[in-house]
Amino acid sequence: MHRALKTLSLFASAVVVLSACSPGTPDEGTKTLKVAYQKTDSFTALDTMFQAAKQEFEAANQGVTVELQPIEGNDDDYGTKLALALRSPSTAPDVFYEDTFKVRSDVDAGYLLKLDPLLEGWADWEKYDDAAKAAGKADDGGTYAVPLGTDTRAIWYNKKVLAAAGVSDPWQPRSWQDILDTARKIKTNDPSVIPFNMYAGKGTGEGTVMQGFYELLYGTGSSLYDEESKKWVVGSAGFRDSLAFLRTLYDEGLAVTPAEALDANVWKKVFGEWFPNGKLGATVEGSYAPSFWQEGGSYAWPAYEQEMGVAPFPTQNGEAPGAVSMSGGWTLAVGAETKDPDLAFKFLTTAMNEKNSLAFTVESSQIAVRSDVADDPGYQGANPFVKDVSELVSVTRYRPATSDYPRISAAVQEATEAVITGSRTPEQAAADYDAAVTDIVGADKTVRK
Amino acid sequence: MQLDHRARQLVRYLPVLPAVLLLLVFLAGPVVWAFQASLTNAGLTGRSARNPEWVGLENYQRLLADPAFPLSLGLTVLFVGGSAVIGQNLLGLAIALLMRRARPAVSSLAGTAVVAAWVLPEIVAAFAAYAYFSKDGTLNQLLGSLGLGRPEWLYAFPMVAVMLANTWRGTAFSMLVYRAALNDVPAEISEAAQMDGARGWQRLLFITLPMIRGSIATNLMLITLQTLAVFTLVWVMTAGGPANASATLPVLAYTEAFKFGDIGYGTAVASVLILIGAVFGAVYIRLLKEPRP
Repeated sequence: MHRALKTLSLFASAVVVLSACSPGTPDEGTKTLKVAYQKTDSFTALDTMFQAAKQEFEAANQGVTVELQPIEGNDDDYGTKLALALRSPSTAPDVFYEDTFKVRSDVDAGYLLKLDPLLEGWADWEKYDDAAKAAGKADDGGTYAVPLGTDTRAIWYNKKVLAAAGVSDPWQPRSWQDILDTARKIKTNDPSVIPFNMYAGKGTGEGTVMQGFYELLYGTGSSLYDEESKKWVVGSAGFRDSLAFLRTLYDEGLAVTPAEALDANVWKKVFGEWFPNGKLGATVEGSYAPSFWQEGGSYAWPAYEQEMGVAPFPTQNGEAPGAVSMSGGWTLAVGAETKDPDLAFKFLTTAMNEKNSLAFTVESSQIAVRSDVADDPGYQGANPFVKDVSELVSVTRYRPATSDYPRISAAVQEATEAVITGSRTPEQAAADYDAAVTDIVGADKTVRK
Repeated sequence: MQLDHRARQLVRYLPVLPAVLLLLVFLAGPVVWAFQASLTNAGLTGRSARNPEWVGLENYQRLLADPAFPLSLGLTVLFVGGSAVIGQNLLGLAIALLMRRARPAVSSLAGTAVVAAWVLPEIVAAFAAYAYFSKDGTLNQLLGSLGLGRPEWLYAFPMVAVMLANTWRGTAFSMLVYRAALNDVPAEISEAAQMDGARGWQRLLFITLPMIRGSIATNLMLITLQTLAVFTLVWVMTAGGPANASATLPVLAYTEAFKFGDIGYGTAVASVLILIGAVFGAVYIRLLKEPRP
C-alpha cells in the first residue's frame, strides 16, 4: 500500500513537471491558417488552386501564413482522415474540402462554421445557382459550405467499338432493353471487347452506387429514401429489378468479370486502358471523365474528343423524363473551431474567386455552379461534352445526405456484390438489404413501397 | 534516519519511471480509452460525434447478434492458426534445423533470403505480396508458363493468399528464435542418444524439442500476438473482401470505426481482440511457468 502511494506521488510530480514543458502560445504578430484538402496522382486541380490562392492571399495579407495540408488518399480515406482531424480543435483545419453528402452529418457533429453572416458581405455569392447552394445547407436552413462545382453521370461510349458492331452514331438507348441489345451485339461482333460495364461490389465503394446502381434504381421510379416521410424505402420492385439487370450484365459476360469488378482499381483500367485501346464499348461514368483524358490529365488521350460519345442513362422502360443522372460535388467549408473566422472566410473567397474557380472547374471537368464561370468561353469550350453533361442537371438526383447514409450505401454495395458473384439471387440479395436497412435505422424509419 | 531511508526508496524508482510513464501513456492509455469508447455510441461524424452517449453493453450485444462477427472470429483463428502457429512456427523450426546441417555458405544465403521478407516495412511487404498474388502477378505467370492455369488468388482464395503472405513475412522471426535455441542444446546429449541408437526424428522429438520448450512457448506467444494484430497486410491485399471472406477482426474493427464512422462499435471489436490476445498470452505464460520435466 505504502509503496503504491509512493509510486503514485512520483507520477503526480512527473505530470506537473512535464506539463510545465508544454510549448507556449505562438507569437501574436503572425497568424497561420491551416487548409486541408485532397490530392492524388490523378487529382491535382485542387492543389493547383490552393497554391495559387496561398500566393495571392499571403501577398495581400502581411503576417498571415497559409499552411497547406494536402491529404493523399481516395475519397473514403480522405473523409476518414479529415473527420479524425476535425475531432480535436488542435488538429482541426481552418478551411477544408468537404464532400456535399457529408455536410449534414458534419454539421450535426459541430465541425462546420455557419457561414450566413459572412456570406452577406460577399458579392460573388449571388452568382451561385440555387440548386448548388442547397448542397451547402443543413437541416436548420443555414449555409455551412460553399460549392466548388457539381457533376452528373451519363453513359460514355467508344464510337469506334459501337461502329464496328454496326450501332449507329450517336447512340441513345431508350430503355434498359436497348442497352442489353446493343451490348449483346457488341459481344457477338467481338467477344474480346467488354460491351457495357457497370461498377458493382464493395471494391469501387461509392462509385458502385453513384455510377451504376442508383442510375438503375432511380430509373425504375423507386428511390432509396422517401424525402417526405424521411424514411428509407424497403421491399421495392425497382430495387430487385435493378439487381436483376446487373446480374444479366455480369452473367452474360457483358460487363467485366466479377473478380475485376471487385478490384478497387478497376476504374483506372476503364479510363487508362480499355477505352483508349478500344476494349470497352460503354460504361456509366461521371461528367468529370474528360479530366482524365485531356492534356495534363493522368491518362492523356488526345483522340477522346473524336472517339468518345456521351448519352443520358435511360429509365427502365423509357418512362418520363426518359433519362436519369446522379450528382454529387464538393465544397469548401470553414472549421467551427477556427480562431479567426473572418480571416478563414476571406481565404475561402480568395480561393474561390472567379479566376481560381474557372481554372479549377476547367481542369477538373466540373459542371459550373457560378454564372460567371458558366458563361465563360473558356469553360464552354473546355471539351466537346460540357453542354451534354450540363443539361443532365435537369434530371439529376442527389444522395440522401443523412448520417446513416454510409452504412446504407455499404449495404447496397454488398447486395450488388452478392448478385454479381452469384452468391445470392436478386430476390435474396434484396431481402438481405431490407433486413440490413431495418437493422441500421430501425423498423420505424423504413417504409414499404 | 527514517526520512533518509524513504528518500532512498523513492530514488530507487527513478530509473524505471520514464519506462513506466511511457507504458502507461502509450499502452495502457489507448486500451482504457478504447474500452471506455466501446461503451458509448461515439461516432466519427453526426450528432454522436459531439455528444457521445453512454450505451452500456449495447455495442457488445450488437456484436454477438452480428453475422459478420462469428465469421470474422473464425477467420482470425484460421489466420493465426494457419499462418503463425503452423506456418511461421513449423517452417521457422524446419529452416533452423536444416541450417545446422547445411554448409555455412548455403545456410547464410538461406538465412538472408528469409530475413529479407522480415526487414521490409509492412506496407512494402504487403504490396510485394499483392503484386505476387494478383491476377497478372508473378505467381500466375509462373503457373501459366507451366500450364497450370491462372487462378485469381485474391478473389477465389483470399485467405490462402493472405496466410501464405503472412507466413512468408513472419517466418524469419521464428527461424532466428529457434536458431538461437538450438545452439544452446548441448551436443553431448544428442550424441549420447545417438549412441543409444536413437534415430534422427527420435532425437528431435525426445531430446531437442523438450530442451527448447521454453523458446517454443515464447516464440508461439510472440507470433500469435503479432499475427492477431496484422492489419496492413490483409488490408492492402484484399481489404477484407470479397464479401468479407478475409475480414479478420482488425479489418472488421477498422471498417466499422472508420468506414462506417461507428467508433463505439469499432472499439468494441478492438476490445474483444485485446481480450483474445490476453487469453492467449495468459495460456502461454502458464506453459512457460510449468516446471521442466
